[in-house]
Amino acid sequence: MARIIVVTSGKGGVGKTTTSAAIAMGLAKKGHRTAVIDFDVGLRNLDLIMGCERRVVYDFINVINGEATLNQALIRDKNCNLLYILPASQTRDKDALTQEGVGKILEDLSKDFKYIVCDSPAGIERGAHLAMYFADDALVVTNPEVSSVRDSDRMLGILSSKSRRAERNQEPIKEYLLLSRYSPERVKLGEMLSVDDVQEILSLHLLGVIPESKSVLNASNAGVPVILDEKSDAGQAYQDIVARYLGEDRPHRFIDDKKGFFGKLFSRSH
Amino acid sequence: MSTGSQKTLYNPPVLEFKSSTFSVPVLVVSSNDLTIIDEQLQAKIQLAPEFFKSSPLVLDLQELNKQNVEFDIAQLIELIREAGLLPVGVRGGNGQQNQQVLALGIPVYSITSSAVSAGNQKQKPINIQTVAEANKDAADSDAQASLKTMLVTQPVRSGQRLYASGDLVILAQVSAGAEIMAEGNIHVYSALRGRALAGVRGNAEARIFCSDLQAELVSIAGTYKISEDLSAVVRGKPVQVYLQNDNLIIKDIL
Repeated sequence: MARIIVVTSGKGGVGKTTTSAAIAMGLAKKGHRTAVIDFDVGLRNLDLIMGCERRVVYDFINVINGEATLNQALIRDKNCNLLYILPASQTRDKDALTQEGVGKILEDLSKDFKYIVCDSPAGIERGAHLAMYFADDALVVTNPEVSSVRDSDRMLGILSSKSRRAERNQEPIKEYLLLSRYSPERVKLGEMLSVDDVQEILSLHLLGVIPESKSVLNASNAGVPVILDEKSDAGQAYQDIVARYLGEDRPHRFIDDKKGFFGKLFSRSH
Repeated sequence: MSTGSQKTLYNPPVLEFKSSTFSVPVLVVSSNDLTIIDEQLQAKIQLAPEFFKSSPLVLDLQELNKQNVEFDIAQLIELIREAGLLPVGVRGGNGQQNQQVLALGIPVYSITSSAVSAGNQKQKPINIQTVAEANKDAADSDAQASLKTMLVTQPVRSGQRLYASGDLVILAQVSAGAEIMAEGNIHVYSALRGRALAGVRGNAEARIFCSDLQAELVSIAGTYKISEDLSAVVRGKPVQVYLQNDNLIIKDIL
């Protein structure tokens, strides 16, 4: 049986699709057969971030409606042959998603894959609800600012009450916090919530902090998941996150300000 | 089943009259405009649908009768029933209204008797008796339900609502945007950031206890304070909230 991971947040623009692409690629690179599904029907983006937008023939909705088979719709990633992408439809809307249809696809994928990453749309409506409904694990992507934290908290409430696991009284969904677009300098200036501030409000297991980084935008533009940019801080942060998710114990990075030249001088003289 | 029992003289008693006190919301109506009443009633119910669903209710006509206006009591009761509430009594009506109400199978209460029972002196012994009775007779399910405690170990997240028919004990944080309600006391052994309403069915003895007060709103039996009214002295502290002479007191737990 596959492990179903939902990448969710409530709020838009916090880095769900970037995270979905990076995590899916990271898991596949570690040797696990992984599928990543775009649940953002009508506003599909995952194929762009994964760089496979020119190879989309059939999509998620076609499969739900029986117009194509799963194998016809799945796109194999060009960087890693263990990774497959199921793109969303751009011409339909989220009402085209049905619970039975999504359940059937996830069940079929479970036979073939080790991990299924569900890229949730923003909001708490149908698309987001179905993305998380069947999940085993939830990666809650949050930016260090109050409205994002509040929306994540709302999403956590929905995860614990409206999921299949909750309805069947099974062990609850495992929830992890991913703090993205983090800038230690701005935290220091009091312009941004710190890791501790966010942890205090959400009290959630921190899987990792992704620093605000130019490499994320560059990677998106190039259509290559940022995790493959091994030199970049964001790429390394995602590698840590995948390793931690798989049970490795790695110390947290990117939380403290890198010491500048004067900072080093100062600390040495004491 | 002992149907057809021959013993007519020494049947064991199967009935017992007991006295018990209940706390029932009273609806004071001060207009005869059914449309406006309906509108405002629906708005109130929307605020706490679980609380109002099939709730018993006593209708108070005193204010309305002071205005000497015409109105149809039967229609008013019908409207309240349609809103999902169950009128179990009327008070403050005149002779004709009381007759109409009785014809509808609803008892009439007098204003004075309720004034007496509102006095603390009179109410306390009755409360103790109710508790004693409940202890004595464990099978008395009604009394048991009112003593039931709801225990929550998971965080209560933004947008979630909890309702406890007795006490509510929460061992995790209550997030901003969450709403917790209890007919009895509320205990939160972590940060309380959401809205907490204790004694929602009118129990003025109910209290709220929390180990870190950052609430958006605290309320005891309908008397409330919002976040803005909380003084810096109690914010972020372990405190208790209770009613004293209709004033909401927020004080350190010593």
